[in-house]
Amino acid sequence: MSNTPKIIIVLTVITLISGGVLALLDAFTRPRIERHKEQVKNSAVHEVLPRNDRINEVKKGDYTFYVAYRGNDMVALAFEASGGGYQSELVLMIGVTIDFSEITGAKILAQLETPGLGTKIQDDPAKKENPGWFMEQFKGLKTQPQITYIKNAKPSKNTEIEAITGATISSVAIVRILNEHIAKAKAAWGA
Amino acid sequence: MKNKTAFQEFLKGLWDENPVLVSLLGLCPVLAVTVSAENGLAMGLAATFVLICSSFLVSLLRKVIPAQVRIASFIVIIATFVTIVDRFLAAFAPDISRNLGAFIPLIIVNCMILGRQEAFASKNGVGRSLLDALGMGVGFTLTLLVLSSIREILGSGTWFGMNILWSSFSPWAVMILPPGAFLALGCMIAGANWINRRNKS
Repeated sequence: MSNTPKIIIVLTVITLISGGVLALLDAFTRPRIERHKEQVKNSAVHEVLPRNDRINEVKKGDYTFYVAYRGNDMVALAFEASGGGYQSELVLMIGVTIDFSEITGAKILAQLETPGLGTKIQDDPAKKENPGWFMEQFKGLKTQPQITYIKNAKPSKNTEIEAITGATISSVAIVRILNEHIAKAKAAWGA
Repeated sequence: MKNKTAFQEFLKGLWDENPVLVSLLGLCPVLAVTVSAENGLAMGLAATFVLICSSFLVSLLRKVIPAQVRIASFIVIIATFVTIVDRFLAAFAPDISRNLGAFIPLIIVNCMILGRQEAFASKNGVGRSLLDALGMGVGFTLTLLVLSSIREILGSGTWFGMNILWSSFSPWAVMILPPGAFLALGCMIAGANWINRRNKS
């Protein structure tokens, strides 16, 4: 078509300007967004760790461990873990006892799962008294030999949790990420 | 058809051609996001901002964009503005950003916005396109505000987070779940149709 040059030029210019504007925008907003992420991560560290006197940051292998002390004893540690969910990356903050045998807490830092279905792993409006019930299940859960899940029934073992109906893949992803990263972090820590 | 006054161009988006109640456009975010008045208002304002900016640019460029690539051009323009909104919310209002979650990026495919570009902004002057966008945006936002207020008051007993019903009221949890959204929206559409029918006779 004789129009082809015009088509190419117009589309190229529009997308170039769009890309330029967005690059500028990113430079402007990135610092603030990173700061928010830091805040969310820091409060998550405190939430997943048990009562403690102080927290020390230690890097080992691929992980940054937040070690909780009571007096001079290390009692627990927290670390970040991520993996693929149903349609987005799930980022978790995991807290475990110092021997990695029990989970002291687990919190979702970021997810973009299907609204109303997958998002129930973080916020289930149907359970008004406790919309965060899914992640609460992991508190006090034993980790060996591995964490498992069950559907449509109450968990029967101290390593088992209940998956959310309609959000099975998201629920299973959380379990998988926990199993995988608890094992890897344990190896990195040297426990 | 071209005899609308400037004010009528704006007004039609509020009632006669209300994008939600009459044109039934963009219902997915309408239903999903209106669990609280704050979320409904935020989504309405975000979509309105995108609509106004997109209509302005599309109308400005309407003689320049070749017809064969008009949809592609509209989408790039809309996506740019949506990304601006998305990043701004993430940076300056992270709680709202988290509540609206995946629905902010989904504004890109909100039929209302693409629909107005195709049906109006690409065929009319900048002034009229701005009025059209403003009217549609305000109509959209007001409708979201009403719907989300109904759902929040009946489903949580609060409005914008403030307790406003008597404490012995037991909230109807269904209202903040999908069935409640459909029920409330259905009643609103039925109500609008009834009012229109009465006014005609």
